[in-house]
Amino acid sequence: MALRIDRRPISLKLLIYFLIFSWVIIAAFPFIWTVWGSFKVELDFFSISDWTYALTGERTKAEYGSPFTGKGYEGAWLDNYFWRNAINTFIICFFVVCTSLTIGTLGGYALSRSSYQYTFWLLVIALIFRAMPPITLVAGYMLPFFEWNIWGILPTTIIVLVAINQPFTLWMLHSFFQNIPKELDESAKVDGCTQFEAFRFVIIPAMWPGVITTGLFSFLLAYNDFAVTSMLLAENNRTMVPAIAAFLGTTYTEGNIMFAVAAVVSTTIPLFLLVMFFQKQIVSGLTAGAVKG
Amino acid sequence: MRHSTFFWFVLPTATAMILFIALPIISVLLQSVHAPHQAVLVEVETCTPLVGCTVETTMDQEATKALRDAQPLGRFVGLDIFFDRGHLAVNEVKKIINNSNTWNEIFTQLSNLPFYRAMAFTLTFTFVVTPFVIIFGFFIAIGVNAISSYFKGLVIFFSLLPFVVTQLIGALVLFWMIDSRGILGSAVQWIASDPNLSLKASTGVMWLSLIIYGIWHAAPFAFVIFYAGLQTLPQDQIEAAKIDGASRYQQIRYIVIPHLFPLITFVALIQLMDNFRVFEPIVGFNASAHAQSLSWFIFNDLGGETRQLSSAAASSVLTIIGVSILLFPVLLRTWRDFREQT
Repeated sequence: MALRIDRRPISLKLLIYFLIFSWVIIAAFPFIWTVWGSFKVELDFFSISDWTYALTGERTKAEYGSPFTGKGYEGAWLDNYFWRNAINTFIICFFVVCTSLTIGTLGGYALSRSSYQYTFWLLVIALIFRAMPPITLVAGYMLPFFEWNIWGILPTTIIVLVAINQPFTLWMLHSFFQNIPKELDESAKVDGCTQFEAFRFVIIPAMWPGVITTGLFSFLLAYNDFAVTSMLLAENNRTMVPAIAAFLGTTYTEGNIMFAVAAVVSTTIPLFLLVMFFQKQIVSGLTAGAVKG
Repeated sequence: MRHSTFFWFVLPTATAMILFIALPIISVLLQSVHAPHQAVLVEVETCTPLVGCTVETTMDQEATKALRDAQPLGRFVGLDIFFDRGHLAVNEVKKIINNSNTWNEIFTQLSNLPFYRAMAFTLTFTFVVTPFVIIFGFFIAIGVNAISSYFKGLVIFFSLLPFVVTQLIGALVLFWMIDSRGILGSAVQWIASDPNLSLKASTGVMWLSLIIYGIWHAAPFAFVIFYAGLQTLPQDQIEAAKIDGASRYQQIRYIVIPHLFPLITFVALIQLMDNFRVFEPIVGFNASAHAQSLSWFIFNDLGGETRQLSSAAASSVLTIIGVSILLFPVLLRTWRDFREQT
């Protein structure tokens, strides 16, 4: 039932739509602009003479005969071996997500089912660890990793990212498991299951929504990481984000900045798809922590 | 759950966190009170007939290497690294305070010391970005809540992008537009009719763009949290307020904001901690000539040709202290919640 008083005056409605429309432009335009520009030559994307060149691609037309060119992508993916970085990123993300979910669900489940004081303190310690900026930890890894000769390789970075991920994973899964009624596994235990069997046969089938949401955030953390991967990986094992940073160092001088632009667009596309398909889970994951607290 | 079962369930995750978070913190603490070994010097006297004898000082490669291998941490120097010119710069600060008469003078001189310059930027960034993120997030949430549900999904999709996309990439995308040859940069030059106005030349403009980036990146986070909070508004209170003739503004002021208040503090606390570690945008904007932060110091020390581990470790300890101060209210809140629950 819509009351008359509920109806917003038309001017207010227009204002709201205008503001939201401006926000969408502010949020999305930089990405759209960069995607468009990544198919141009540098003199169009960074046009000194006339900004409309970035739209029409005058110089690109002059150089390649068409207003679009894949030269930037070719340069990044083939000439600069960006495909290797992409493979590294996906190896790292896959193993980080799998490992951190496996050990995180076990821990989160136990924390949600134990009522002793120490669970609280464990969660508080996890919270403190979560607040530590990863870059400060990296300073602590360097010397031991050099000493043991495990610096620069993918497995080390995977384990480090899993560990950095754990506090957040624990908190999130802990709150998801608390929403699964305790009676479920209690009754399984009454029927003669051990705690682990109760977890295996009763809880695991019921936990997937929470696990998928947590997995998304683990993936984002591993995929988006710059501090750890840029410091702990040797040059030939680099993932995409540090590779882009390395491009910048060379391209500003060599004048092929379009490689970096193409690499940036390529790296953004998986994130784009992720948000598109998992929007609900991302929103629910972000709010899970807040609404509870 | 029995203690032993609990132990086995928690063991893998606890091991990972102890090995790769707790121990590194200790390792950082140790490293920060040790400096690299100095080279072992030996004096060699070479005598040639007729010319006479000369004493040369050379580095004893073998002895130096042996010393470095024996004690890879370096030599113990106490808090020296914390007090040196690159960090707290105690001597320089004393001198400045003794020699300056006005506060203004003290501040200008302090801002020449790298640590204090970085602190100035970090704190400005943290305390400007956080309130703006909350304000923008709040207005976007109110606005999205009011539009037709037909558009909501699409608006949320686009809103999430600046937050979900890698910080470095978001910073680069924005930087390429603000760059003097980019579209926004040219627009600003045209509006100000000053063809030489450039991001790279001015500290003020650089700070402003980093702050704009920070707000752009984090506003979606505040928006999503507040939007979720708006879905649980107490409808009966709103009805009652309407019947009593409350205006839209009064409804927001007296019902919506108090309802969202716990979420506002949550966003504020998280944002204070996140903004304090600002670092990727400085790399993305290529801004280190104008703006540095503690995290950037660590990154710079670790990444250079000569990895300055001790200096990085000292900066890390200072960062950890800063984060702990900001974390304290969060812990207090968690403790209060826990006490209420039990």
